[in-house]
Amino acid sequence: MSDTLPDTTHHAEADAAGDHTPAVPEEPLANPGLAPHQWRPTDVDPKAERRAERQVAGLFLLAILGAVLFVVSYIAFSVGDNPDTIGHFGASNLALGLCLSLTLLAMGAGIIQWARKLMADHEIVEMRHPASSPQEDREATVGILQTGLEESGLGRRPLIRNTLLAAGGVLGLIPVIMLRDLGPLPGDKLDHTIWDLDTWTPAEQAYWKTQGRTLQRVVRDVVGTPIKLTDLEVGDLVNAEPEILFAVDDNQQPIVEGTERIVATAKAAVILHRMNPQEIVSDQTRNWSVDGIVCYSKICTHVGCPISLNERTTHHLLCPCHQSTFDLADSGRVLFGPAARALPQLELTVDEEGYLAARRDFTQPVGPSFWERG
Amino acid sequence: MRLLNRSLGRLSRHRRGPVAGLLVLLLGLLLTGALYSAFSPASAQTDNSAAQIDSGRKLFLVGCSFCHGQSGQGVKTLDGNQLGPSLVGVGAAAVDFQVGTGRMPVAQPGAQIPQKEVAYTPQEIADLAAYVASLGPGPAIPNASDYSIDGLSPEKRQEMIVQGGLIFRTNCTACHNFEGAGGAMPQGGYAPKILGVEPKYIYEAMLTGPQAMDNFSNGNLSPEEKRDIIAYLQSLKDSPDYGGFGLGGIGPVSEGLAAWLVGIGGLVGVATWIAAHTARTSRTKAKA
Repeated sequence: MSDTLPDTTHHAEADAAGDHTPAVPEEPLANPGLAPHQWRPTDVDPKAERRAERQVAGLFLLAILGAVLFVVSYIAFSVGDNPDTIGHFGASNLALGLCLSLTLLAMGAGIIQWARKLMADHEIVEMRHPASSPQEDREATVGILQTGLEESGLGRRPLIRNTLLAAGGVLGLIPVIMLRDLGPLPGDKLDHTIWDLDTWTPAEQAYWKTQGRTLQRVVRDVVGTPIKLTDLEVGDLVNAEPEILFAVDDNQQPIVEGTERIVATAKAAVILHRMNPQEIVSDQTRNWSVDGIVCYSKICTHVGCPISLNERTTHHLLCPCHQSTFDLADSGRVLFGPAARALPQLELTVDEEGYLAARRDFTQPVGPSFWERG
Repeated sequence: MRLLNRSLGRLSRHRRGPVAGLLVLLLGLLLTGALYSAFSPASAQTDNSAAQIDSGRKLFLVGCSFCHGQSGQGVKTLDGNQLGPSLVGVGAAAVDFQVGTGRMPVAQPGAQIPQKEVAYTPQEIADLAAYVASLGPGPAIPNASDYSIDGLSPEKRQEMIVQGGLIFRTNCTACHNFEGAGGAMPQGGYAPKILGVEPKYIYEAMLTGPQAMDNFSNGNLSPEEKRDIIAYLQSLKDSPDYGGFGLGGIGPVSEGLAAWLVGIGGLVGVATWIAAHTARTSRTKAKA
């Protein structure tokens, strides 16, 4: 079959058959034409051809072997057995994956080898032609547009044109109006956290009355235990939350629950750090601390990642997201990074029973900046 | 008596001699020294721990005092930086951690003191720890019962692992990664990998806050909470990677690298193979 293939006549044929004008109409140099076609060993040597045939068939047989082994290992190994086989893969996972990939890989390789060695060996020439449309097509298109403009009378009837434009503009209002459905406006919710007792729901207020205390304690996150001043040594770091998040009702159900709980936890998270009181730099940090224990919002003022990468030796708190660094000894001042505002500090005190407690809510909104935040 | 008189008389002839003053001074010093050694508290050397402290002090003077001072008071460099911190009050746990993991003695001061081969024998480490503990009250080396979960029922263990996971993810992951694989810290420091570290050293690290790490003293995280964390870390270590290679467990960075280099690299290789020229021969086709 390959005997009938043309070889050096390709060029002439393509030129004669092609109805496109070449990009460079006049050759600056004489066209040397294509070099004579060189055959592959498989085209001229029957031995090489048979060898290639065997290679392709061998790859397809390998694919069959992989598929059979896949079925065998599916029956032989059960999922969950031998999780320690070769690199913790698990025998079943490993065998199924290897067999299936062997099948697919061998089939693909066989097809490519077939195409490269045995399928017909053409050389095809396609001449370049100008990228733009032919001149007559372009003129016809402009003509159609011109006719449409004249027949519709868009230029002669400004009333119709202007009302159409106005209708299009008003249509654009509809999606803007529907943005309202994204939810109620936040109001002053962004300015307060659950540290502020005035923002509490009636259920939370009722619980608080049973406690008979005035100050909300700062308790350890996860376990919810209150913290005594003497619990902490210099250098200690505590991830903490307000105590109301760990309060339970008579049925041992949390008082704050659902979406409100998630929002409150995310906004009210704080870190406590005890340092040597002499190391505190700013008056605010000194006045709002208790015996060198300072309390800051755990939410970065850049885009709100939780931060607790603290360096005990320098009291520098680093945000893992964008490397904003805050100085816990100096009012949470930004030392480095994209954060534009100091980390809000929580005014700390000790309640009647000697536990660490918040004197009041944060004096500024926690977390990232927003439009109304002055 | 005459003999005595005569010899004293001879001696007294030298009382204004050039070396008499020096001799009397030496005699006085010797006498004071002898009296001091006879009545000083050092006579309580029969006590084993005092002997341990003493041999620890000897090791300390040789191996540690250059940076930490001859009494462990810390040394400042000329430009006011701290060469070695004071060891008063760091406790035996800090010594056991720093020396036991090979971080101390340090090869050279820097942003982070790396872990290396342990330089002292367990006995020497115990001696050093006893000496440093004698400098001031500090956390003691924890007992195996403080962090071991052996002999507990599977339910109790599972409970501890769950609780430990919550505490770990709240307090530790910020620096040490969600899998305990460690991470970078500012100014060239890093939080080391803690997966596979001996439970005792994890406990001691929490207790003493080595290098730039915060303390998690027993008032901060109770001993039970520390044990829960260690139980969780053990369970992390023991659980197989069902998904295949963990790639260091450091998240999208290593996974992305693997996908780009191995995955897309492999595809590029296959594409190159498909499009590559095949072998050609100069022979022409025999006309049939």
